Amino acid sequence: MSAPNCLVTNDWICGEYLRTRSQELTEATLQHVGITVVSVLIALAVAVPLALLVRARPRFAGPVLGLTTLLYTVPSLAMFSLLLPLFGLSSALVVTGLVLYALTILVRNTLAGLAAVPAETREAARGMGYGSLRLLWQVELPLALPVLMAGIRMATVSTIALTTVGSVVGRGGLGNLIEDALPTFFKAQMLAASVLCVLLAVAADLSLLGLQRLLTPWTRIRTAPGGG
Amino acid sequence: MGVVTDAWGWLTTGAHWTGEEGIGQRLAEHVYVSGAALLIAAALALPLGLWLGHLGRGGALAVNVSNVGRAIPVFAVLALFMVSPLRNAGYVPTVVALVLFATPPLLTNAYVGMREVDAAAVRAARGMGMTGGQLFRQVELPLARPVVMTGVRSAAVQVVATATVAAMVGQGGLGRIITAGFATYDTAQVVAGAVLVALLALLVEGVLVGADRLLSPRFGQRLDQRFDQLGKR
Repeated sequence: MSAPNCLVTNDWICGEYLRTRSQELTEATLQHVGITVVSVLIALAVAVPLALLVRARPRFAGPVLGLTTLLYTVPSLAMFSLLLPLFGLSSALVVTGLVLYALTILVRNTLAGLAAVPAETREAARGMGYGSLRLLWQVELPLALPVLMAGIRMATVSTIALTTVGSVVGRGGLGNLIEDALPTFFKAQMLAASVLCVLLAVAADLSLLGLQRLLTPWTRIRTAPGGG
Repeated sequence: MGVVTDAWGWLTTGAHWTGEEGIGQRLAEHVYVSGAALLIAAALALPLGLWLGHLGRGGALAVNVSNVGRAIPVFAVLALFMVSPLRNAGYVPTVVALVLFATPPLLTNAYVGMREVDAAAVRAARGMGMTGGQLFRQVELPLARPVVMTGVRSAAVQVVATATVAAMVGQGGLGRIITAGFATYDTAQVVAGAVLVALLALLVEGVLVGADRLLSPRFGQRLDQRFDQLGKR
């Protein structure tokens, strides 16, 4: 292999590596993003109805919160290993594990967000003739959005970090590159994949923050004097 | 369920408990790395968080540091340590990675716990002529203790669970039982390893709850009640 110097000397930072393996890096990053996005979306689709159920029927609160908290203490390594007989070596396995972890954060934050809706607001909406579905969609969810979005940001960032452990079944996105680099001490690949992983998390956090600001323009009016 | 009985069978086989790769050795490693990491992280984060909370400064730092911490994958940190000279330093890579993992939430909880102390209680204490040190020891610390201890407990459980990731880079701990079972398609062993980690996490949680009850000073409780009444008026 006619590799230039920094690949031979196994430097931590190697431009040649980034140039020659950019396709590999892109594929791993795309897999990482895909797994994260699907996991968080599924977790959200499960968590919001669960939270609504808990709110409507408080006797479910104990079991639902207890179960999601218990799932959170299962080590990720064990979770992925235990799901293997059910799913085989597939992305679905990693996604399932990540969904179970994200549920804890999302259920709690959805509940906290809904609880933060002022009772007067709810009553006013009811007084104006809002049905429960319209109340939820047009009043409660928008007001719960800041807390809910905080939960989505937390869940997304920790899901991006946890996805790396999926490399134990070969579906860890950038984690795969880290694991492949371990036996051969391939420093450039390991550092590049790790840094990309952290950058992904930061980028996701900032974009979600931006989305939150777009979705809740009213929260800025109070903080920006003279803005109205 | 067959898997559960198989795992129980694996756990109750005496031969699995002894030797270099036995449960005894792995459990000892796990307790050692988690305990060391938690102690170091607490020694770093709690004084800093409590102090910042007492001053009421650095809030953005104390809160944001845990968001940044969440973004850093333990597996990547461990892997980087394993290709650095640190790999020859025994359990140090795992301990350092876990310290980095546990410090941010401890710091945030210590800070938030101090900031959530009833402002009326703090003003009353100042009005009584307490100095900063007295206020910190006799009012803020006892009132912040529940939140701080909740942070310590959740950090401890997370550290015990996350220490398993060390097995992915060949470091010791109960995770090795899981990876070894995984490598040989021995589901019973994987379940047994997961159960051991979960039991250890629950045990740590229980011990910390007990220690918190034992250590909670009687005068602290009385202060709690007194200030609770103050707050209600």
